[in-house]
Amino acid sequence: MSLTSTLRGGLTQLAAAARFLGVLTVLLGLAYPLALTGFARVVVPHRADGALVERDGTVVGSALVGQSFAGDASYFQSRPSAAGDGYDPLASGASNLSPENPDLVATVRQRIADVAAFDGVDPAEVAPDAVLASGSGLDPHISPEYAEQQVARVARTRKLAPATVRSLVADSTTGRTLGFLGEPRVNVLELNLALDGLED
Amino acid sequence: MPDTLAGLLQVGALIAALALCYRPLGTYIAHVFTSERDLRVERGIYRAVGIDPRGDQAWRTYAVSLLAFSVAGLVLLYALQRLQDHLPWSLGLPDVAPDLAFNTAASFVTNTNWQAYSGEATMGHLVQMAGLAVQNFLSAAVGLAVAVALIRGFTRSRTGRLGNFWVDLTRGTIRVLLPLAVVAAVALILLGVVQNLSGGVDATTLTGGHQTIPGGPVASQEAIKELGTNGGGFFNANAAHPFENPNPVSNLFEVFLLLLIPVCLTRTFGVLVGDVRQGYAVLAAMAVIWVIMLAAVWAIEAAHPTTAYDVVGAAMEGKETRIGVPGSALFAVSTTGTSTGAVNSFHSSFSPVGGGLLMLNMGLGEVAPGGVGTGLYGMLVLAILTVFIAGLMVGRTPELLGKKLRAREIKLVALTILTMPLLVLGFTALALSLPGPRESILNTGPHGLSEVLYAYLSGANNNGSAFAGLSANTPFYNITIGLAMLLGRFVPIVLVLALAGSLASQVPVPRTAGTLPTRGPLFVGMLAVVTFIVAGLTFFPALALGPLAEGL
Repeated sequence: MSLTSTLRGGLTQLAAAARFLGVLTVLLGLAYPLALTGFARVVVPHRADGALVERDGTVVGSALVGQSFAGDASYFQSRPSAAGDGYDPLASGASNLSPENPDLVATVRQRIADVAAFDGVDPAEVAPDAVLASGSGLDPHISPEYAEQQVARVARTRKLAPATVRSLVADSTTGRTLGFLGEPRVNVLELNLALDGLED
Repeated sequence: MPDTLAGLLQVGALIAALALCYRPLGTYIAHVFTSERDLRVERGIYRAVGIDPRGDQAWRTYAVSLLAFSVAGLVLLYALQRLQDHLPWSLGLPDVAPDLAFNTAASFVTNTNWQAYSGEATMGHLVQMAGLAVQNFLSAAVGLAVAVALIRGFTRSRTGRLGNFWVDLTRGTIRVLLPLAVVAAVALILLGVVQNLSGGVDATTLTGGHQTIPGGPVASQEAIKELGTNGGGFFNANAAHPFENPNPVSNLFEVFLLLLIPVCLTRTFGVLVGDVRQGYAVLAAMAVIWVIMLAAVWAIEAAHPTTAYDVVGAAMEGKETRIGVPGSALFAVSTTGTSTGAVNSFHSSFSPVGGGLLMLNMGLGEVAPGGVGTGLYGMLVLAILTVFIAGLMVGRTPELLGKKLRAREIKLVALTILTMPLLVLGFTALALSLPGPRESILNTGPHGLSEVLYAYLSGANNNGSAFAGLSANTPFYNITIGLAMLLGRFVPIVLVLALAGSLASQVPVPRTAGTLPTRGPLFVGMLAVVTFIVAGLTFFPALALGPLAEGL
């Protein structure tokens, strides 16, 4: 095949390609996602909309998306977050710092000291997720160890028996699915809502 | 249950699920590409666009059709982004800048899904659905077509004709990717992945703060993003984002999806060449590499021999609580062993040697088990090299599946294998030697070199994952990574199609006692070793300066 005929062939092919793309864009780019959106709307509307959580008619967040509890001692605290200024759902993301980066090492040491003082625990006992940011910056969970670490402080601030707080933690704790998938975890928003619910 | 046992059971469940699908899906795909019958919807498409589905193409015509289709995709995706502000469902987001729009168009058309942008802050729903997700389907279908064309190179003789690109593209899309994506998306929706057209909901947090909870057609995109080994996240945090990957079941399901087609294609290969054990041999070599990589990365992340993680006792920076270390290692090795590049944890915060292994996994050419189509044709190219090396050892003309591997075939194989390293090392050297591009680096020291090396490894291998500390949204990186993606994709594709044409024009040679058997453990071992040696010799110096210097 000569070069010119290849080029001419290429132009014919390009026209066919454009028509192909038009047809497939309608099918794959509109029909496919919109049909599934319709399906989701009918079958699982609450989850498809992002598992929004309401209290007294106001949206207070999503069960799937973590939020900051701003150092309020009466609430369980979430993990550190690199999403925007912290837990900004419009800026999800990680710190991307290397574990050998001196800045991260210094930050971690500072956080350990701060968290230990805040929760009134030995710095050696601080849970890893209390001082390390998640990948999404929107992690809705903390480990059961980090939750346990915060129980005494929350109970003291709210003037509750630690056993009461601990039982709420247990209610918000999910184990491994089928016993082996994923990791045990505590949903922080759900737990804090339950705590607020005690006072109503 | 101990963590290690739980992690092993998770891997076991994944392998069992893949094993269950292996024969039916692999055989089905073989049927799709050999069937004489067109579906009614396919006939409608051929009529609407004016294609003769019976027109058998020589490799050059096949390649020209493929390139023309990719150029059209590139132009449309670029235009959609540049005109975003004037289109519906833009969520008020502005037009995308020219260099970023070029980079993103190149990225999605090449099945890379490198993202120099943040999804929730840059792309409205229309660009996501009608632009990015469409290429998630079509770029995977292109990869599938090339793999099938190469297989035809082995199965056909005295012709040089490889089939019809438009038919292969249509069938791959309509009969393989779309039905699987619908099933996968339904499953993801039921597992809690969001799917809506919301422009965002305002929330007032418990402490009086403010959050905007974003929305979007996420599940439909997530399904094809994993199935098509694309990897482009709807959101910046990709599959670490709880809206893309809400729980451990969705997590394992997404790993399953991204491995599914590449794994089952080895069965398709076996069926089409009339000897399923050939397919098992290729799969075994892929599996050996995957298992070695998984064991190594998992062990390193669990032991976390690094300064920051020694202080706190676990490698959890950049990882999600619900997924944990084993689930993150499993995803990371699978996403870099395919051309997916989706992430559920951030590779830059892996222990340096673990991150280095993820780079090596891409440097192997992504063949464990590789992207949709690309994994199979990549492994077959390495198989030809392996047979050639073995042939040199015993002094015989090498042959594979009844086709002689002459100077022409070996030249094409050598060029295919050399393209990617040339792009990676060349562009990395260029970026590191210029002051401007160096300013994009986040972490100082060897990790900074790793960030740049990772970016070009990811680009030229059409992976799309990142050491995301690098601020890659600059004209320099957008253009050079865009070129790395385009050349890393289409140069090997054209060479592989030329190889297929060359094989298909041959007269088959009969098997003799001197023919190297290509389906036993000996061949599997040699193939895996050759894969490691080629990449090892190529990338060891660069990896020594980056991850090894940092981690050891």
